Amino acid sequence: MISFNGLVVICLAYVAMLFAVAFTADRFARKGHSRWLRSPIVYTLSLSIYATAWTFYGAVGSAARSGLEYITIYLGPSLVMFGWWWLLRKLVRIGRSQRITSVADLISSRFGKSNLLAVLVTILSVIAATPYIALQLQSVTVSFEVFANGGGTDTGEVVGRNTAFWVAIGLAIFTVIFGTRNLDANERHHGVVMAIAVEAVVKLTALLAVGIFVVWGLAGGVSQTLEVIEASELGQWQVHGGRWAGLIFISGAAFLCLPRMFQVLVVEAADEDHLRTASWAFPAYLMAMSIFVVPIAAVGLAVLPSDANPDLFVLTLPLSQGAEGVAVLSFLGGFSSATSMVIVAAIALSTMVSNHIVMPIWLRLAGGRATISGDVRNVVLTARRVSIVSIVLLGYMYYAVSGGGSALAAIGLISFVGVVQVLPSMIGGIFWRGATRTGAVAGLVIGSVIWLYTFFLPSIGIEVFSERTLAEGPWGLGWLRPQALFGIAGLDPFLHALLWSLALNALAFFGGSVLSFPTPVERLQGAQFVNIFQHSGGPRSWSSGVAQTEDLLIMAQRILGPGEAIALFRREAERQGVRGDLPEPRPDFLETLERELAGSVGAATAHAMVGQIVGGTSVSVQDLIAVADESAQLMEYSARLEAQSAELSSTARQLREANDKLTRLSVQKDAFLSQISHELRTPMSSIRAFSEILRDSGGLSAEEQSKFASIIHDETIRLTRLLDDILDLSVMENGRVSLNMREGRLCDVLDRAVAAGSVGESDEVSLEVRRDRSTEDIVLYTDLDRLSQVFINIISNARKYCEAAKPRLTIRVREQNRALAIDFIDNGQGIPRDSRDVIFEKFARISDQRAGGAGLGLAICRQVMERLGGTITYLPGQGGAGFRVLLPRKAALAAE
Amino acid sequence: MSEPRETHSGPPVYFLERQTYRRRRLEDAARLLPVIGAFAWLVPLLWPRQGPEAPGMGNALIYIFGVWIVLALIGAILSQRLGRREPPEPVRSAEE
Amino acid sequence: MSKRLLLIEDEPNIIEAISFILSRDGWHVASHSSGTTAMERLRAEPPDVVILDVMLPGRSGYEVLRDIRDDPSLAKIPVLMLTARGQTKDRELAERAGANLFMTKPFSNTEVLEAVRALVPAT
Repeated sequence: MISFNGLVVICLAYVAMLFAVAFTADRFARKGHSRWLRSPIVYTLSLSIYATAWTFYGAVGSAARSGLEYITIYLGPSLVMFGWWWLLRKLVRIGRSQRITSVADLISSRFGKSNLLAVLVTILSVIAATPYIALQLQSVTVSFEVFANGGGTDTGEVVGRNTAFWVAIGLAIFTVIFGTRNLDANERHHGVVMAIAVEAVVKLTALLAVGIFVVWGLAGGVSQTLEVIEASELGQWQVHGGRWAGLIFISGAAFLCLPRMFQVLVVEAADEDHLRTASWAFPAYLMAMSIFVVPIAAVGLAVLPSDANPDLFVLTLPLSQGAEGVAVLSFLGGFSSATSMVIVAAIALSTMVSNHIVMPIWLRLAGGRATISGDVRNVVLTARRVSIVSIVLLGYMYYAVSGGGSALAAIGLISFVGVVQVLPSMIGGIFWRGATRTGAVAGLVIGSVIWLYTFFLPSIGIEVFSERTLAEGPWGLGWLRPQALFGIAGLDPFLHALLWSLALNALAFFGGSVLSFPTPVERLQGAQFVNIFQHSGGPRSWSSGVAQTEDLLIMAQRILGPGEAIALFRREAERQGVRGDLPEPRPDFLETLERELAGSVGAATAHAMVGQIVGGTSVSVQDLIAVADESAQLMEYSARLEAQSAELSSTARQLREANDKLTRLSVQKDAFLSQISHELRTPMSSIRAFSEILRDSGGLSAEEQSKFASIIHDETIRLTRLLDDILDLSVMENGRVSLNMREGRLCDVLDRAVAAGSVGESDEVSLEVRRDRSTEDIVLYTDLDRLSQVFINIISNARKYCEAAKPRLTIRVREQNRALAIDFIDNGQGIPRDSRDVIFEKFARISDQRAGGAGLGLAICRQVMERLGGTITYLPGQGGAGFRVLLPRKAALAAE
Repeated sequence: MSEPRETHSGPPVYFLERQTYRRRRLEDAARLLPVIGAFAWLVPLLWPRQGPEAPGMGNALIYIFGVWIVLALIGAILSQRLGRREPPEPVRSAEE
Repeated sequence: MSKRLLLIEDEPNIIEAISFILSRDGWHVASHSSGTTAMERLRAEPPDVVILDVMLPGRSGYEVLRDIRDDPSLAKIPVLMLTARGQTKDRELAERAGANLFMTKPFSNTEVLEAVRALVPAT
C-alpha cells in the first residue's frame, strides 16, 4: 500500500512536471516557436477541460446509479463539435475579429458594449462556477483520502480540509504564475494550454488504463464484460426520456457557454482552422473517455462491497485488486481533471471579473488620472491576480461551508443550467440582428433568477429554503414552490429548472428585443456579428501589443496613405529604438499618430479612432476601418469626378478650338474666294483693257503695239501660273502626284531657290539672304524640283511680308537626330500667334491688305513636304518669321 | 447528350464551377451532420423500456458508440475535404 | 484746260491701260500706287475726279474714300471705285463709303471713259 506521503510526493512531482511543461512552453512561445505549440492536436486536447473530475469520477458513479444517462453529458458536446460549421466557426471568427476575451465580453460586445450585461454574465458565471470549483477540490480531497485510509471509509475532516486548502493554494499559485504572465487578456496562455493538453493525455490514459485493467484484467475479456454488464443492475435499458434529451441539450449548450470552455474554444484559439480537426477529434476523445465507464461501473458493482461509493470506483477498483500502479495513474487522472478545470476556470473568470467589475470601478475611482498616469497595466495585472486567488478561495470556502456531502453529478448539472442562461443572448446575438440589449438583459435576469430560485438554492447543500418553503412555497404561495413553479409538480427538478428558466429567458429575450429599439452601436455590432463572414477578411493574428500597432497601422494607412503611414511608423519605431516597422503603442506615439490622423479626419474622429484601437469603447475597429474605407472611396470618387470634369472641359476647349478654327477657315475661305477673284480679275483687267485698246484705238505706234501685246502676254502667263498653283494643290491633296526622285546637293537647290525667289524684286528694297555654305554640302535624294518649290515659296514669302527696313533672311542647315533641318528665319515681325495654326491651310492669308500670292504657297509647301516624307513647321521665338523644313534622313545622304 | 457548344466554350469555367459546387455541397453535409447525429442519439427514446423487446445495456452501448464512431469518421472526412483552402468568400446569396 | 484725274491703283499694267485711254480723251491723268500716302497726294494736288482701287497696299480703298469724304476740301470730289471683287457686298460697302460710281474689274474701256465723263460734266 502506497503511503499518503508517497502519494503527496508523486503528486508534487506531477505538479512540478506541469510547472516545467508550462514554463517550457512559455519559453518556447517567447522565442517565437508558438506554431509548434499550437497544433490542432493541442487545441483539441485543451478542449478536454470539459471533462472535469465530475466526469472522471462522477461518470462511473452516475452509470452505477442511473445507467447510460451519464453518456448524454458527452453526446451534447459531440453534437456541437460535429455541428461546428453552424455555430463554432462563427463564434471563433467573431471572437477573433472582435477580440473577445470572455463570454461576458462577447455578450456585452454584441449588445453595444454594455457593461451592465458583462457584469450580469460575470456574476452569473461566478455563482455557477463556485460550487463547481468546490467540487473539484472535493474530488481531489476525497481521492487523497482513499489512499490515506486504504479504503473508502470515513476520514478525519481536518485532513480533508487541509488537503483541499493546500490544493487550492497550489492551483492559485500555478494560475497566477502562468495565467497572468502576460498582461494582456488577449494574449494566449501558451504555458497553461500546453499543461492542460498534457493533463488531457494523462486523464485519458488513466481512464483507459483502468478500463483495460477492468475489462481484460478483472472480467477477462470483452464478451465476459458484456455478460457482467447484462447481469448487473445496469443490464436493463432504463432512461428517462425527458432527462435523456434534456441532458444532451444542456451539455451541448453548456459546452458553448461555460466560461472555461469559451476560453479554450474561442479565446485561446490560435487558428480558426484548428476547429476543423477538433470537430471530429474531440468527439473521438470524448468517446474514448466514456467507453469504459459502464464496464467499470458494472464490474465495480459486482466486485466491490455494496457500501462502496460508486463515484470512486475508478480508484477503488484497481486499489482493491492491489493494482497500485493503475490506481496511482487513475489518481493522477482525476487530479489532472480537477486541476485543469480549476486553472482554466480561474483564468476565464478572473478575466471577466477584472475586466468588467474591478477595472470599471477602479477607473471610476481613479477618475481622469488613470489614463494619464500609465499604471493601468499594473492595475489590470493586480486585479486579475486578486481575482484568481479570490475565485479559487471562494470555491474552497464553498467546499468548506457545504462540507462536500452531495453527489458530485448534481452540482455539475446545477452549474450547467446556470451558465446556459447565456445561451439565448449568445445564439440570438450572433444569428439575429434584431436582438437588443434590453432583450438580453431581460432574458438573462429572468433566466438567472428562475435558475437560482428553482435549482441552485434548493440543492447546493446549504440550507437556504426551509422544508416548508419547498413544500408549500414562500409565504404559503403554492404556485411559487421552488420545485413546482406555477403549480406544475412532479417534474424532475433538473428538467423543471431547465424548462422554466430557459423558456422564460428566451421569451423575455425575444420580447425585450422586439419591443425595444437598439442604439447605433448595438446595430453596428449586431450587423458585425451576424454577418461576420461578409465583414471579416479572414483569420487575423491576435498577439497583442504588436497586433494593436498593426491595427493602428492598417487604419493609418487607410487615412494617410500607405507610404506616409509606414514612414511615420518606421520613424516612431526608430525613435523608440524598436526593431522593425511597428513601434510600441506608447502614449507619445499615440499622440503623434492622433495628430497626424487629425489632419485628415479631424481631431475628434482621430481621437475616437485611436482610442478605439488602443482600448476605448463604442465602435469597433472594423467599423472605423469601414468608415475610413468609405471616406477613401468618397475621395476617390470625387477625384474621379474632378478628372471627368477636367476631361469634359478639355474636350470643350478642344471643341471650341476646332470651332474657332473652322470659323476662321470659313472666313479665310471667303477671303480666299475674294482673293482668287481679285487675283484672276486683275490680270484679266489688264488683258481686256489692252486688247480693247489694240482693237479700238487706231494710230498706235509699233512700239506701243508690241508693248501692249507683251503686257497681255505676261498677264496670261500670270493667270496660267495661278491656275497651275490651284491645280497643283488639289492634285497633291489627292495624293496623285508623281515624284521625280533625283540625287543632288542641298546648296544647289538653295541657290536655285534664292535666285528664283528674288525674281521681280524691286531695287529699292532687296532681301538679303544669309547662308552658311559649309553646312549645306549635303547630298539629297529626293524630288529636287518640289523641294526647291518649297524653298522658293518660303523665300518669296519673306520677300513679300518681311517689313523690316533692311529685310534679311537667314538660312540655317542643321542635322537633327534623324532628320535634316533647314530653317528660314527673317527679321520681320513674324506671324501672330493666333494665325500660326492656319498659315499652312490653303486659302490662308494673314491679312487681305497684303497683296501677293493667292494664299496657296504655304499650303502647297506643306503638301509637298508631306509627299517628300518631311514636314514644314512654323518656328516660333526667332525674332521674325521662322520656318523649319525637316527632311527625313533617307532623303539626306551625308556627304563623304 | 451534352451540347457540344458548351463543352467547347469553356472547360476551365466548368471546372471551377464544379469545384465551388462540390465545396458548397460539402458545407451542406457538414451542416447536416449534427442533425443526423441528434436524431440517431434520440432514437433510444423510442426503445421499449421493459419486456423481452427491451434491448440490453450491451446492445444500447454498441448502438450509441457505433453512431459515435460513424459520425466521427464522416466528420473527419468532411473536415479533411473542407480544409482545402477556403475560397475568398463571396457575398453569400440568399440560397446560403 | 483739261480735267485732272487721279488714279489710285497699285497694278502697273492697269495704271498704264487707264492712263492711255483717258489721256487720249484729253484727261490729265496722274497715278498713285500706295494707300497710305494717297491722302497727302490728294491734298497736295486735288484732282477733278478720282479713280480708286479697293485693294491697295497699306490702306484699303474704302478707308481712303472715307477720308476723302471727311475732308471738307475734298468731300465734293467725285470718286469712281474699281474693284476686282464683284460681290454685291463690295458694292454696298463702296456706296456706303460714298463712292459715286462702282465698277468691277475687268472693265470695258468705254465704260470707264463714259463713267468719268459722267462724273465730271464738261463745263
